[in-house]
Amino acid sequence: MDKGKRYVPTATPETKHFWDGTRQGRLVLQQCRQCEHTYFPPRPFCCKCGSRDVAPRECSGRARLYSYVISHRAAPGFEAPYSIAVVELEEGPRLMTNIINVPQTPEALVLDMPLRVTFKELSNEITLPLFEPQGEAS
Amino acid sequence: MSKAQAAIVGAAETTRIGVVPDMSQLQLHADAAINALADAGIAAGKIDGLATAGEDPVLLAHYLGIKPTWIDGTAVGGCSFMMHVRHAVAAIRQGLCSTVLITHGESGKSRVPAPFFPWPPQPMSLVGQFEAPFGVVGAPTMFTIPVLRYLKTYGISLEKLAMVPVIQRQWAALNPKATFKDPITVDDVLASRMVAYPFTLLMCCPQTDGGGALIITAPERATEFSSSPVYVLGSGEASETTMISQMEDFTSSAAFRSSGAAAFKDAGISHHDVDHLMIYDAFAHLPLYGLEDLGFCGRGEAADMIAEGHTAPGGSLPVNTNGGGLSYMHSGMYGMYALQESVRQVRGIAPAQVPNAKISVAHGVGGMFSVSSTIVLGNLVP
Ligand SMILES: [Zn+2]
Repeated sequence: MDKGKRYVPTATPETKHFWDGTRQGRLVLQQCRQCEHTYFPPRPFCCKCGSRDVAPRECSGRARLYSYVISHRAAPGFEAPYSIAVVELEEGPRLMTNIINVPQTPEALVLDMPLRVTFKELSNEITLPLFEPQGEAS
Repeated sequence: MSKAQAAIVGAAETTRIGVVPDMSQLQLHADAAINALADAGIAAGKIDGLATAGEDPVLLAHYLGIKPTWIDGTAVGGCSFMMHVRHAVAAIRQGLCSTVLITHGESGKSRVPAPFFPWPPQPMSLVGQFEAPFGVVGAPTMFTIPVLRYLKTYGISLEKLAMVPVIQRQWAALNPKATFKDPITVDDVLASRMVAYPFTLLMCCPQTDGGGALIITAPERATEFSSSPVYVLGSGEASETTMISQMEDFTSSAAFRSSGAAAFKDAGISHHDVDHLMIYDAFAHLPLYGLEDLGFCGRGEAADMIAEGHTAPGGSLPVNTNGGGLSYMHSGMYGMYALQESVRQVRGIAPAQVPNAKISVAHGVGGMFSVSSTIVLGNLVP
């Protein structure tokens, strides 16, 4: 990766459905048909009971702010200060993301604040799920 | 208390630590190894087992003139060296080798070469797909992410968090080899440059150069060596996840709890037996998680325990008495230095010596709460 160029992930056979979903504006996790466990990150089996009988599960996109830091050093594609957050989805799993459309300050970023998913296209293949306050206009 | 499982018969750090631009990473390993061999009073030819992380064990064996019949290249981050101790104990008991050398060396500051840190990760890796795209740039923006949830859960202020580096600096002031020795206040900590809110510069470890080495053998052979032996009484290891976002509980490390409990059980000790404690502290929140997850206090109580001076000089449970990763030194994989200070304390030769320290626990972390290992050391044959 060139210095100064934003990091772009690459899908694998096991994660392709997730990135296909975000490209279409959908947040798709997986759920076990045997024990109903919903999980992330993607894998073609249940990490709780071991069953391979799993199915995609489209999420509501609603989440709450679980924890974060505000980085004060610019990174490729990021202007400081910027938040790096972990959100907890309504369906249970947590994922790393950025909180956007809100000042990047401790005062504006309040733990447990309600969030909703929004999408940012990085390349033809990869669209990232980001989150914004539920009250904001998208 | 359980029987001694092995004896540490050689222990030393590199001849210099801090800024050592005239030594490569490989030579830092070798310098520490030569010092540890001198401490044990043996030649390199006596070593038949080698364990290291951050350097190729085969390359290192040849460089040192060692022909090992047992090799452990476990490299899971900063606690790898605790795991090497645990694995060496098992190998010696199993008869796979008799005298093990464990080395660490890292040119964290001078970068001859820069320590291996797998960043950026492979774009197809799970961290590459699900964490790296969000602007994380290594430990200061990853290891730190759980702390706001911890602080909120237990109603702990940033001022209390800032007490961790303040108290550790009190220990560092007693250690001539410490990188930072000047006293600091809570205001100093909070006013220092913001790195990744809520972590300021003084809540983060420095990057320095150095190394360390240990020599381990069977307890009944301890008298064959010139040093005063330190006994391994118990150990533990455990892993959770390489993805900080997937840590199950942001207020407690599953790996810490599991590794710590295993080590205490293995050693047959309880908390009141512990005279001295090292908790790997790359960042200010780690001693809080460590004290709680090892069971030295209840959940959410560690910040008060530290602020009230219990872990400070003169306190009932001296913690990170070399000044810790925050003030002593932090080359990148700090675990070796925590072990070295535990050895010094139970030998009775530490710069900030805890009076009559008989049992010390060294607790390490690898990655960002990814993995953990815990070693219990003592100076008496139980
Ligand atoms: Zn299942």
